[in-house]
Amino acid sequence: MATRDEIADALAGMALFADLARPQLMGVASQFEEAFFPEGAKVLRQGISGSAFYVILDGDAAVVVDGSERTTLGRGEFFGEISILLGEAPIADIVARRPLRCVVLPGASIEAFLVEHPRVMFRMLQAMSRRLRNASRLRS
Amino acid sequence: MVDAILDADRPFPPGEYPVLVVGSGPGGLQASYFLGRAGIRHAVISADPGPGGMFRRWPFFQRLLSWTKPYAPADRHSREFERWDWNSLIAVEPELRGIQAEFMDGSSDFPSRPEMESNLTAFAERAGIAVRYGCTWETTRREEGPDGTAFVVGTSDGEYRCRQLILAVGVAEPYSPSPPGIELAVHYADTRAAESYAGKRLFILGKQNSGFELASGLLQWASRITLASPSPAKTSIETRSLVGVRARYVQPFEDSALGGGVDILAASIEGIVQVPGGLRVDLKRSDNGLPVSLEADEVIAATGFTCPLRDLPALGVATFGQSRLPAQTAFWESATVPGIHFAGTITSGAPGLKKHGIPSYSGAVQGHRYNARILVRRLAETAFGAVPEHPEVAVAALRDYLLAEATRGPELWHQKAYLARVVTVSPDDGIRDRGILPLAHVLDTDGPDAVAMTIEADGQGAIYPVVYVRRAGRLAEHALEPHPLNDYEGSAYRRDLGAILDLVAPGSSAA
Repeated sequence: MATRDEIADALAGMALFADLARPQLMGVASQFEEAFFPEGAKVLRQGISGSAFYVILDGDAAVVVDGSERTTLGRGEFFGEISILLGEAPIADIVARRPLRCVVLPGASIEAFLVEHPRVMFRMLQAMSRRLRNASRLRS
Repeated sequence: MVDAILDADRPFPPGEYPVLVVGSGPGGLQASYFLGRAGIRHAVISADPGPGGMFRRWPFFQRLLSWTKPYAPADRHSREFERWDWNSLIAVEPELRGIQAEFMDGSSDFPSRPEMESNLTAFAERAGIAVRYGCTWETTRREEGPDGTAFVVGTSDGEYRCRQLILAVGVAEPYSPSPPGIELAVHYADTRAAESYAGKRLFILGKQNSGFELASGLLQWASRITLASPSPAKTSIETRSLVGVRARYVQPFEDSALGGGVDILAASIEGIVQVPGGLRVDLKRSDNGLPVSLEADEVIAATGFTCPLRDLPALGVATFGQSRLPAQTAFWESATVPGIHFAGTITSGAPGLKKHGIPSYSGAVQGHRYNARILVRRLAETAFGAVPEHPEVAVAALRDYLLAEATRGPELWHQKAYLARVVTVSPDDGIRDRGILPLAHVLDTDGPDAVAMTIEADGQGAIYPVVYVRRAGRLAEHALEPHPLNDYEGSAYRRDLGAILDLVAPGSSAA
């Protein structure tokens, strides 16, 4: 993985970006940066402010709260949005379970990005609603 | 015969060395300096003919992007001066510090390329750093033996064998994307003399510093300048960090805003084709996908550089991003091939926390010079049995010591939220100064109770100290208030930090 074209190709296959045409995807690919985390590396840290929004291109990440693993996230899934939208520090560690490649958007850019791409915002709302529904089912 | 005599004078002939450093830019020189001070035998090889090869070629318009203020409010030979000097290498000996200030002719606080070259050459000479110049790294292979892994580095002069390899080869290999017709463009690296663009319609692909550097330098020559890339251009003034186009290159923005012969487009390039009388550049707008075409006499791809890692990816070194930086640990070792380390601008591949989207300044001398010092100390401890000194700090002195570091520590100012002053606290060993360490390492490893002091910025204009406390294995982050003059040594800071330190080092606030 390296070029913007390749990142745009990868994003094109993800539900979050499924409604975007190629020029828009190229714009998105140039706003996001690629990041790589070796196995075991922390991507987000519980209680530490200033984090970002991540979309997984390849690999798996564990969601760890107070040292215990709650779930894992894989290709096409995203994390970091809750702390950014609420302006709070993350409530979980995100840890690379195996080598993890992501694209990253700084927290301060997320509002403008979502407003600029309402279809991505809609898809994100859908994904978050699914998570909320699943969490509610688990509790009930 | 003459060649044979000259060759005999060159240091570090091929052979076995505990450490091999590749590169003679600021990163290679700084690593070699600290290896020498640590008493670690090593060789330095470089394909260039002298120190700082990149600065012999770029930037085109002569002056660097990094400043040095010769009359800053600190003695030139002091550690504090480093905060005001982005270009000198760092040293233990006062006489080796702040060398760039000697080579400034007063016409700008941004040194010219020859001034930077003089700075690096003087440092290498005065510090006694030897380099085998004209020796090109060509191949790398790994050999597993009974004593562990060795690297065999093939060069234009023969084979070197080492246990620890430090690569400081910069991020200087021209990169171009591959739309149809890109061969009709030239890369930034092949830009000609400014006057040869007189009267030309110029299209610049890319809206980073290199694109705007060319646009600024050619305003008086080109008949029209268009810059394009998919996302909108931002200046460092807007991002309040070194992300974005630097303030030195804002003139094209003003010309664009006033309709003065410069156009700045958010569009992706579809192709370049030859047409009668010039070139046609086909674009698609990022906002609505509509096509735009324009004619130009020249197209320059200011599309950046990649890391010349040669065969290392085949050896297992993972890379990422458009610059193909190697993925690294917090101590700048390959995340996938232990024993391969990095110095210089490549260390920006160890991103740290990137809090609020603000990157480390490892891509510039003022950031990576500190990385090199930490890397060598770490290597000395882990591979050469050095026993580090961790001076004791009296509880009564802890608070003021950390506030002085926050106010004046150059490492904290140049590597915000990336490097930290760290002390550990334990009942057996008291309070120990662990030196300057990568913040990510401190936060991500277990250990005794600890305090890490950083300087951070929120990307909205505020700069403030942040104190991280690890107590009984749990981390807490405490941001102190910003100060209008960035002076954190007053009574309010003593009160606030004292209360935080009391949690882990009781009695700190009573001093």
